[in-house]
Amino acid sequence: MAVVIINDTPVDIGTERLNLIQAAAKIGVFIPSYCWHPALSVVASCRMCLVEVGEKKPDGAIAMQPRVVPACQTPAKDGTVCITNSEKARTAEARTLEGLLLNHPLDCPVCDKAGECLLQDFSYQFGKSSSRMIDPKNTPPNKPDIGEHISLFTDRCIMCSRCVRFTREIAGSSELHVVNRGHHSEIDVFPGDPVNNPLAGNVVDLCPVGALANKEFLYKQRVWFLKNASSVCAGCSTGCSITIDHNKDVVHRIRPRENPQAQGHFICDEGRFDYPYVNSKDRFQQPMSAVATGGSPVAVQAGRLHHDTWENVIPTVRRELTNAAKQGGSEVAAVLSPMLTVEEAFLLAKFIKGLSADAKLYLGWVPTVGKDEQFPQDRKGNPMGPVKFTIRAEKCPNRRGVEEVLRHFQVELLGFDRLLANAGKLEALYLTAGYPPRLGAWLTDEQTKTLAKIPLLIVQDLAPSPISEAAKFVIPAATFAEKDGCYVNHANLAQQLHWAVRPGSMGRSDGQVFLYLLERRGLIQASALRQEIAREIPFFAALAGDLGEFGVKLG
Amino acid sequence: MPDFEPILLKRINAKASPWLDAYRADGGYSALTKALGDMTPGQVIDVVKNSGLRGRGGAGFPCGVKWTFLPKDHPGPIYLCVNADESEPCTFNNRILMEHDPHQVLEGIALACYATRASVAYIYIRYEYGAAYRNMQKAIDELYANNLLGKNILGKEFSLEVYLHRGAGAYICGEETGLIESLEGKRGWPRIKPPFPAVEGAFRKPTVVNNIETLACVTHIVERGADWFKTIGIPPDPKNPRDAGSYGSKLYCISGHVNTPCCVELPLGVTVRELVDKHGGGVWKGRKAKGCIPGGISMGLMTEAEFDTPLDFNGPGKVGCLGLGTAAVTIFDETTSIVDVLYNICRFFAHESCGQCTPCREGTGWMMKIMDRMRRGQGRREDLDILDEVARSIGIMPGTTICGLADGAGWPVKNAIAKFRPELEAYIRGGQKTTVSLALAH
Ligand SMILES: Cc1cc2nc3c(=O)[nH]c(=O)nc-3n(C[C@H](O)[C@H](O)[C@H](O)COP(=O)(O)O)c2cc1C
Ligand code: SF4
Ligand code: SF4
Ligand code: SF4
Ligand code: FES
Repeated sequence: MAVVIINDTPVDIGTERLNLIQAAAKIGVFIPSYCWHPALSVVASCRMCLVEVGEKKPDGAIAMQPRVVPACQTPAKDGTVCITNSEKARTAEARTLEGLLLNHPLDCPVCDKAGECLLQDFSYQFGKSSSRMIDPKNTPPNKPDIGEHISLFTDRCIMCSRCVRFTREIAGSSELHVVNRGHHSEIDVFPGDPVNNPLAGNVVDLCPVGALANKEFLYKQRVWFLKNASSVCAGCSTGCSITIDHNKDVVHRIRPRENPQAQGHFICDEGRFDYPYVNSKDRFQQPMSAVATGGSPVAVQAGRLHHDTWENVIPTVRRELTNAAKQGGSEVAAVLSPMLTVEEAFLLAKFIKGLSADAKLYLGWVPTVGKDEQFPQDRKGNPMGPVKFTIRAEKCPNRRGVEEVLRHFQVELLGFDRLLANAGKLEALYLTAGYPPRLGAWLTDEQTKTLAKIPLLIVQDLAPSPISEAAKFVIPAATFAEKDGCYVNHANLAQQLHWAVRPGSMGRSDGQVFLYLLERRGLIQASALRQEIAREIPFFAALAGDLGEFGVKLG
Repeated sequence: MPDFEPILLKRINAKASPWLDAYRADGGYSALTKALGDMTPGQVIDVVKNSGLRGRGGAGFPCGVKWTFLPKDHPGPIYLCVNADESEPCTFNNRILMEHDPHQVLEGIALACYATRASVAYIYIRYEYGAAYRNMQKAIDELYANNLLGKNILGKEFSLEVYLHRGAGAYICGEETGLIESLEGKRGWPRIKPPFPAVEGAFRKPTVVNNIETLACVTHIVERGADWFKTIGIPPDPKNPRDAGSYGSKLYCISGHVNTPCCVELPLGVTVRELVDKHGGGVWKGRKAKGCIPGGISMGLMTEAEFDTPLDFNGPGKVGCLGLGTAAVTIFDETTSIVDVLYNICRFFAHESCGQCTPCREGTGWMMKIMDRMRRGQGRREDLDILDEVARSIGIMPGTTICGLADGAGWPVKNAIAKFRPELEAYIRGGQKTTVSLALAH
């Protein structure tokens, strides 16, 4: 048990190994910092976190060190005394900030970081808004192409070296360097070697100021207009916790959300930058049917499919599936995509099995690309040291969750290959997909032909494809950004998604569609559904409780 | 001490051959033979410790004590990093030793490695020292050819590899942990301490860093004993229990506005005045001195009136300087503008700051910009206060930086403002402009 004294308040930190920034945070005392980051090595160079430090002797006397000390570098030990609010500590902070502003352009009005910039925040809280330097500022050249997705506003850099350490210690590929010396130090890359590693985008989040910018986000939104939803990346089975920044039903940015149970502090670029399809105008905006299902079709699209209304399509689909099941339950099947949430998979399984106990459920296509990629890795792709981040080969978020739902409803777990083998015998198929377009065409022409022969083919997907063209009914699917629910990652961690944007004007989320089909009333309520699932399926028992920020382990 | 016989410069002054045969003929490598034959490593450490030898690289840390900081019974490897970066302005004694008597240094290196059980020594030599590099390499080759380096030296249990490593021209790579980073192939950014190099240094192994001149002294201490060493120099101040004394001789470099710039070896404690008058041939052009840089520019400035200060480990501190430093004295005459002196100093540090600590990176740049403006006739009275505040607030002493470069950058500025304020104010008030042209390599 160790007791640290922060500004006269004793803090029991137990046996935790903390630095003084972390120890002070325990009682809500904030020590400003730039270069320190819990996932990176300690360099104690920015000198933003200067405090007074001393030691309480067994006899109660306190001996203070004469000099100020960086809190990030100082371990919190029993008897450590840390003072953050003295004249001396405050002066040291203000001086560091004055130094940082000397050569800083202070172009906040045109800077993407404004509003979430630690230089703005700390200057406001701990420093001054002006500097006493009347001499010209240094004006190093900007480097707009330092990375495919990353731009460097060199003059805004405060030389915290977080970005450099990230590329060395986490990514491993070490593209970023400091060049030149003293106040002419700059971040740079070697010619022809931009920072394009699969984790590169994280340097933008790590940058405490507006020096490193995300080109996809640059000048799109002022950050104070953004709303945030906490969610889970759908890119691979790692299931990184993310924050979706959005405004007016448009997703503008995806950022990692720290989760020690899932991925840690970071996300990969595939997950970070693969959101434009959410905002795409090419997605299905409303249901479609090959025949007019009620009154007159709303509009006619190229080919045989007509735009239709939800009011027509839902009852028709329900009726036609019910009839098919009456003809022979085993000739009705559904494919549950691993892009569905647990709640959605549960509802669809319930609906199909409700039509007939003989109806078959199949696990949808599980996309796999290459091998799991572990970081840090050197320039040749060899792993270096302990693994700090993994991009998984399985490019879907919820195979584990959907599998467990399937196992509950049907003893035998049937894969997508089995569906293809049995397709010839089917009368009706409810096919869910929802794969992000980056994965490309997922059915071969041959497979499409096989499935197209099924008389009652219902396709629930994001955008037109050969298989949707062959469908009798098309139901718009929703993306992760439009869903409430949970995904279960490779390690059986169930995490919550909160919807950020609404699916296209007439769109309904997949779960909502299944509620309609089940003739259940009301809007989808993920937490109520989880209670139900937890009661019915032992594997999901832990879903009864609150999933919290970091999710819960299942099984 | 009129009858002082140079020790380190003895063979150099006599223009003796720098090569192995001549060195051995003059009794060279007898200290190593003695140590390997009759002494345990611990005994060598004890001799050096008892001699009171303090580091000649600038910080003046007791050499033998530093060696005892290595972890006991470490399985190895342990490294010795020999600091031959000698980049403190006005300092050139390491160069003379390496160019003209490399074996004296190498014998000290071998002794230090034997004492500390280091198996590899890296000599980090500044890039500009081409001749020193070549002569050191030739001397090392001679040693390998004669079983004085390599496996089982002189048939004993002791093996040692020595490598020369050329720097790339950065002052900061003379700072011991900057040196280690640079040696490892990284950018010369000093490390935070702890861990200290003795525990985790080069390649994360225990490492001793010593200056060339320090190691040259070791050769003679092992040869002649601690008591002999203590007959030279100044004993500790009995009133100051923490004073380790200033024993031994020192290579003083004299440069600047003197008639005969030179490097002389004298017992520690000689005054600036004696150096200038007796060894530097007096101030040039019949002028008077205005002041001097007493031990490399990091140590601050002395006025002419302070020239009677003894240059031992305690003297310069008594007149507000940072310390003895490298004991490289640079005189500037009465016609020199203190503004030009200060600008040039600030320019050096702004150029050489490694740039990782905010206070040093920004502070050195700011001071340089102020001085540049001042010498162009645009100075303001408040600039002196800003300079003083910045100078006092950067460095490891106030706690705002990682290494001592920032202390060294601030010291001459704060000394100048304290000691030459009237001149600076007059310069500003008169709107004077400099007549000296200095390259504007900011
Ligand atoms: C900015 C800076 C530059 C330094 N440059 C040198 C140098 O060029 N040569 C040197 O021997 N020591 C230099 N030092 C001192 C070293 O850090 C270290 O104290 C010394 O090499 C130890 O050797 P010694 O104990 O034998 O003196 C420098 C220190 C600082 C802070
Ligand atoms: S980095 Fe921060 S302080 Fe600098 S211009 Fe951008 S918002 Fe302003
Ligand atoms: S670019 Fe940003 S993260 Fe990188 S050193 Fe500069 S301020 Fe730090
Ligand atoms: S004090 Fe200056 S030179 Fe030393 S580490 Fe810090 S920035 Fe670099
Ligand atoms: S956060 Fe402590 S020195 Fe940068």
